[in-house]
Amino acid sequence: MKILVCITHVPDTTSKINFTDNNTRFNTAGVQFIIGPYDDYSLARAIEIKEATPGATVTVLNVGPADTEPTIRKALSVGADDAVRINAEPTDSFFVAKQIAEHAKSIGYDLILMGRESIDYNSGVVHGIVGELLGWPSVSPVMKLDIEGTKAKLAREIEGGKEFLEVNLPFVAGCQEPIAEWKIPNMRGIMSARTKPLKVVEPVSVDSGVKLQQFELPPPKGAVKMIAADNVAELVTLLKNEAKVL
Amino acid sequence: MSTTVETNKAIKGGEFLIRETKAQEIFIPEEFNEEQRMIMQQCKDFLAKEVWPRLDEIDSMKDPKLMPSILDKAGELGLLGTSVPAELGGFGMDFNTTMLVAEVIGAGHSVAVALSAHTGIGTLPILYYGNEEQKKKYIPKLATGEWKAAYCLTEPDSGSDANSGKTKAMPTADGKHYILNGQKMWITNGGFADIYVVFAKIENDKNLSAFIVEKSFGGITMNEEEKKMGIKGSSTRQIFFNDCKVPAENMLSERENGFKIAVNILNIGRIKLGIAALGGSKQTISIATRYANERKQFGTSIATFGAIKHKIADMVTKVFASESAHYRAGQNIDDAYNAFVAGGMDSAKARLKSLEEFAIECAILKVHGSEVLDFVVDEGVQIYGGMGFSAEGPMDRAYRDARINRIFEGTNEINRLLTIDMLLKRAMKGQLDLMTPAMAVQKELLAIPDFGASEEEGIFVKEKKALNNLKKAGLMVSGAAVQKFMMKLSEEQEILMNLADMLIEGYIAESVILRVEKLIALRGEKACGIEKEMAMIYLHYAVNKGAAAGREAINAFAQGDEQRLMLMGLKRFTKIDPYNLKDARRKVANHVIEKGEYPF
Repeated sequence: MKILVCITHVPDTTSKINFTDNNTRFNTAGVQFIIGPYDDYSLARAIEIKEATPGATVTVLNVGPADTEPTIRKALSVGADDAVRINAEPTDSFFVAKQIAEHAKSIGYDLILMGRESIDYNSGVVHGIVGELLGWPSVSPVMKLDIEGTKAKLAREIEGGKEFLEVNLPFVAGCQEPIAEWKIPNMRGIMSARTKPLKVVEPVSVDSGVKLQQFELPPPKGAVKMIAADNVAELVTLLKNEAKVL
Repeated sequence: MSTTVETNKAIKGGEFLIRETKAQEIFIPEEFNEEQRMIMQQCKDFLAKEVWPRLDEIDSMKDPKLMPSILDKAGELGLLGTSVPAELGGFGMDFNTTMLVAEVIGAGHSVAVALSAHTGIGTLPILYYGNEEQKKKYIPKLATGEWKAAYCLTEPDSGSDANSGKTKAMPTADGKHYILNGQKMWITNGGFADIYVVFAKIENDKNLSAFIVEKSFGGITMNEEEKKMGIKGSSTRQIFFNDCKVPAENMLSERENGFKIAVNILNIGRIKLGIAALGGSKQTISIATRYANERKQFGTSIATFGAIKHKIADMVTKVFASESAHYRAGQNIDDAYNAFVAGGMDSAKARLKSLEEFAIECAILKVHGSEVLDFVVDEGVQIYGGMGFSAEGPMDRAYRDARINRIFEGTNEINRLLTIDMLLKRAMKGQLDLMTPAMAVQKELLAIPDFGASEEEGIFVKEKKALNNLKKAGLMVSGAAVQKFMMKLSEEQEILMNLADMLIEGYIAESVILRVEKLIALRGEKACGIEKEMAMIYLHYAVNKGAAAGREAINAFAQGDEQRLMLMGLKRFTKIDPYNLKDARRKVANHVIEKGEYPF
């Protein structure tokens, strides 16, 4: 079984976010990058499936420029066999999905996993578009995934409960916890990451019709005013006159 | 790194005092490669996943299986085999990478102690002194954590005076076994260890011998867990050996070589303890900075107050400076090891020799690292204010756990004495020429001071002169003390403490200046503004501390004209250009506060 895990290269969750170039570029100065946390869960599940399935392989893929390679090697250290980097800025979801789909067509995978969404731009649609482009089913957010022969049993989170599905391979899944426990690479994995193949592929050209215009940060949070529980009148006055929400 | 190996080969331990080291000769932490950074992250993830969420549970000691199970997890990740060569089931990493692991894990409170006792004093005596059979039998299982190890040296009446232990090993009539009898105390990992490295005297020997003792040999009993001020989750037991029958082939190295083993293994333990203390310090700084950002008084976050900024800047600066010295020494040790191996020495022996060579630095770093940690946790409590004194907040544990570091692996007093003792011994053996520079300083003392401005240009020119002078001050006071007391200097412990302080501060200040100089060469001056301020802050601190220690020493042994002359010399050698340290601290603190954590 050939599994493809698509990973994003995203700022650490504690990073301070700001923009440059007239609010059109994310300022990466001093920012530490990590594998997208949801992608990390999907990678962990892929490794578990590989370990339980003789002959299975895991390939990781990232659409990004050369500076994402340390993040890709991190994924290799966790246990992926090889990696592909599509050498392009991941400008929008359709662009990324198209690159993934084209690569997948050229190789032929049985399963494509990724996080339910990235934690930088959070579009949460790449898995759906990849499924559409390949003509495969796509399911998200998947919190349980078990392979049974040519099928898989999935559990998906829905509003107020869970949905259980059976899906034919191949398919695309956007994953989230608790699909697997995220993995810390062991020393052997870290030391072998450098020697595993990391192939750089040039992107296919895509006209996605979307152009970024500007980012805007939310206004800074104002100070919190504490009002005693028995002083409802003051609360109402403040909501009317200061917050102007009543 | 490879380019510096050639030039570094010549560097000898303790030589920093009389040799001007070039910035390009030292290794700086900013040069760690991607793989080493991955290892750093791996260790952080291990703490975040397995340790930090369970600190209370670990310290409660309710589940005696918890600590060994955490060590098992560390073993699965390979964290217990970093120093062990690949052929014995480890990863054979260079010394500085093992330092990096020790640093990050150092923020793991009781787990850090258990892990470092296992991998350090537990495993290394066998790895470095064991014969092939012993190594093959024990090391692979210790490297994975299948067996856990403890080190039994201290006894109720034998602490700092380790060679005075009373535990006896009597050979059996057939010569096939030794029968161990005696009592050991403060044994870290004692409660769950499978393997004990035990020091005992054979018959009426003067010196200790060392033995590998398996718990399964029998004749081993122990007291309940000790109730301690800190590191409460670390198993600490008194262990009794009652007719414990140890096969003769389990003696390590040779008869009466135990004290040497103990001392050499402690060299490694010392520098590792120092760097682990810095890992704990960084974590404490991050927690305290976040609190200072969140805590509001007088309508603003307390991080905006100058008094708090002063604290944060000093905490960060001391850690940064100490770290510079630790990895500098670590690389020196690696370079010496590589040179010994290239010269045909066997790997285990080369490891020991390289550490022995830098034993002075190891002792200095143990003292400095542990005292930086104590400073940091103390200020951490202070920044937390009332919440710092609460047992519910994180500073309570940080404060209590830090304290042991000044005591174990040789108290800081013993280590201070050792630095000067080792230095003088090397001078007497002719390994280190302290005499020529000491005479030169005496001559300079009588000459007219050089008031001319330095012609040299470049980074840190004046600061290096101040640093060089600080070393001269150290040489002047030490030289005079040696002349005064000769062989009786060892009885003047108070003066030796002063001399050690001068030596320590000179080494740390030089290391931070060289680190920043190298960093500027790598990244440009504009990108290193904060680091430069830290170098300035530390240099001023070191010179002031050196001056105070020197004054105390001089006043303790010199009188009349000699005293006057030396005090004048000291004043001249500890003169430093004024610098606005308040502004420097604010710049450093603002950077840390903005990042919300230890940022370097």
